[in-house]
Amino acid sequence: MAETLLKVQGLQAWYGESHILHGVGFEIGRGELVTLLGRNGAGKTTTLKSVMGIVEKRTGSVAFEGKETVGQPSDAIARLGLAYCPEERGIFSSLNVEENLLLPPMVRPGGMSLSEIYQLFPNLQERRRSQGTKLSGGEQQMLAIGRILRTGANLLLLDEPTEGLAPVIVQRIGEIIRQLKGRGFTILLVEQNFHFAAAVADRHYIMEDGHVVDIMTAGDVKQNIGKLQAYLGV
Amino acid sequence: MFELIGIPPQALFGQLLLGLINGAFYAMLSLGLAVIFGMLNVINFTHGAQYMMGAFAAWLLLGILDIPFWVSLVLAPIIVGLFGVVLERLLLKRIYHLDHLYGFLLTFGLALVIEGLFQWKWGSSGAPYPNPIPGGYNLGFMFLPTYRGFVVLAALVICLATWYGIERTKLGAYLRAATENPTLVRAFGINVPRLITLTYGLGVGLAALAGVLAAPIQQVSALMGTNLVLVVFAVVVIGGMGSIMGSIVTGFGLGLIEGLTKVFYPPASNTVIFVVMALVLLIKPAGLFGQTK
Amino acid sequence: MMSPSQRMIVAVAVAVLALAAPWFAYPVFLMTALCFALFACAFNLLLGYAGLMSFGHAMFFGMAGYFYGHVVKAWDMPPELGLLAGVGGAALLGLVTGALAIRRQGIYFAMITLAFAQMVYFFCIQAPFTHGEDGLQGIVRKPLLGGLIPTKDDRVLYYVVLAIFLFGYGAIYRFIHSPFGQVLKAIRDNEQRALSLGYEADRYKLLAFVLSAALAGLAGATKAMVLQFATLTDVSAAMSGEVVLMALVGGLGTIIGPVIGAFIIITMQNYLAATGEFVLVIQGLIFVVIVMAFRKGVVGEFSEWWKRRSEPRAQPKAAD
Repeated sequence: MAETLLKVQGLQAWYGESHILHGVGFEIGRGELVTLLGRNGAGKTTTLKSVMGIVEKRTGSVAFEGKETVGQPSDAIARLGLAYCPEERGIFSSLNVEENLLLPPMVRPGGMSLSEIYQLFPNLQERRRSQGTKLSGGEQQMLAIGRILRTGANLLLLDEPTEGLAPVIVQRIGEIIRQLKGRGFTILLVEQNFHFAAAVADRHYIMEDGHVVDIMTAGDVKQNIGKLQAYLGV
Repeated sequence: MFELIGIPPQALFGQLLLGLINGAFYAMLSLGLAVIFGMLNVINFTHGAQYMMGAFAAWLLLGILDIPFWVSLVLAPIIVGLFGVVLERLLLKRIYHLDHLYGFLLTFGLALVIEGLFQWKWGSSGAPYPNPIPGGYNLGFMFLPTYRGFVVLAALVICLATWYGIERTKLGAYLRAATENPTLVRAFGINVPRLITLTYGLGVGLAALAGVLAAPIQQVSALMGTNLVLVVFAVVVIGGMGSIMGSIVTGFGLGLIEGLTKVFYPPASNTVIFVVMALVLLIKPAGLFGQTK
Repeated sequence: MMSPSQRMIVAVAVAVLALAAPWFAYPVFLMTALCFALFACAFNLLLGYAGLMSFGHAMFFGMAGYFYGHVVKAWDMPPELGLLAGVGGAALLGLVTGALAIRRQGIYFAMITLAFAQMVYFFCIQAPFTHGEDGLQGIVRKPLLGGLIPTKDDRVLYYVVLAIFLFGYGAIYRFIHSPFGQVLKAIRDNEQRALSLGYEADRYKLLAFVLSAALAGLAGATKAMVLQFATLTDVSAAMSGEVVLMALVGGLGTIIGPVIGAFIIITMQNYLAATGEFVLVIQGLIFVVIVMAFRKGVVGEFSEWWKRRSEPRAQPKAAD
């Protein structure tokens, strides 16, 4: 495995009174694409949010490039070089497409330029003056991904980027994610769509009830397909 | 034509100008209230007191340090805005997670404290502030005092600048985005708490700026903002807080309506804005420019 | 919670205190405090049980005072009719303003009621029957029940006011514990759900608003009867704020809280009256302190403390 970029140990998280994560641990090496798989309610989204520092309460350790982030506010965490694309996409309706794209500030040098992003997502350039939420679901997803590529962040947290999209769009997003990996981005992906995940990822962490219960590399998946299906209940 | 309806044009245009000036203050104050509410989820009841503080700051700067009006126009909003920043850091930021009503009650209490202290120190009778540009123009149909014309223009410029700042600049984009989803904006690396403090400081500064502009027209007194803020609440209900341009248009429009009422039926001029509010609630409860929220 | 025997002791003590009070405290002060206590209870009915914060309740309180004064002084009618006019007038005003205000919720509701109260205030400055800045002065006390109850004696009048207060308080208590009050609470807690169960939320809210206005009117008219004047102060925004403060100090949503809050604030004003502007400053500070640190008010904080104190002795499973 490459040099460790993100190391999560014993991560616990709460929403109000409810205890969601009970000691999650995993690692991601620089340039890897890793997924969190699991059923609804297993704690995948909460794990992403906890890494980003936007849950009400979290304990344990989340180290990015060796720096501990638990105890820091989410804006400080983002400035270390993490970028987050939420499940609900979070496109701002009071901003147009270009304003949405330009919103996240640069946190490090080396991000993609606006024209590179428009090259990747030509639709967005055509509709740059449209209200962000007037785009189609697929375009909104691309906007949500494109938005975090400019900032220079090297770890992208993507929460279910294919949810609710047509197969042809899912395929396009798969290509884009592979391209991003090719450009050297490290990606932590949460997915329900196992076939999509298997096609792009280096490694899978399987979650159940707020724990990581299994790890599989891309190579293991074929032999263990039955076990995996049992985990995911498909 | 005016003689036909029995109103001398001097009176009509005089009242319209007065209405326009009141409208200018309604617009500036409701704008600040709307921007603050968007970011802080607090209806800033202290707005009237902060408007008064702006006028007082200018009056004190002149009286004690001999600082002229034009310098106060910049200095006073900064001083009062900084005071707002302190209030936000010390008190307001601790109640954002509560129901809106608590912010309303807190800022109401602060208004009582501030106005009470000013009243205690300087009494409730007003002090005059000298007109910085005396004189005026005879326009034929009316006499236009220069300073009053200046106030209307200045308010218009201030309102449009605020609109531009919010709708067309990077900082404005942060503001709009954080109004919608502060958590996500923060997760992008923007220091949202600082943005909120800044917003409150700017909103308060805007109220103080209105106060400085009002000083030469009205008497500078501890309670000059007390009734005004209540009328501005009605303006905000009428316009809805969703749109910046809406606040501006509603503010000036209601000022004009008030001015016209003074010409045609003077006894109702104090209450006409509230009547308009009742009508708007009947016809379009969300407000003229409001989203259903 | 207190045990039944503890409750009995407290109830008897309060009853004795209420009956004996005018012999060791200034009766006019007590009567004023009772009027404000009823006013605060009326306000709290709306906030605590319907979830609607009116910031304009002075319009009902103050207008009822004017109605009482006008009927009793200008029309020279018996005080009972004056009280009736106060209650009826306030209820009618409540019906009109309430029907409009409940079209918006939350903070807008507060702003709308505040704005309407300000409109009433401006109206009162100009309307001839209020006598503007001078107020309606010298509303002579007349005997009640056709001469059966003389009211010139403050102590006698005190018992009348106590009875009026108890009537109002009892009405609120009955209302809250009626099926109607239960529906109201359900609407407060989850309006969508109540609507889906077929309750017309707005009609319930409006009725609560009218009832609250009517009782605020009863308090205002009674105050005019006691003090023999009605002035602009009682319709002002400051008065609307004061009643919020009383309920807040006592404890929002508790039935006894506003009574205690009213007595605390009126006592405070009595002692601070000489300091002029500082009454406002201190009231403002109380708002700030309560919102920042004691949001449950005196009664709420006390019952928490009582619970903690008696918890070790209570059955551990009785929680939840």
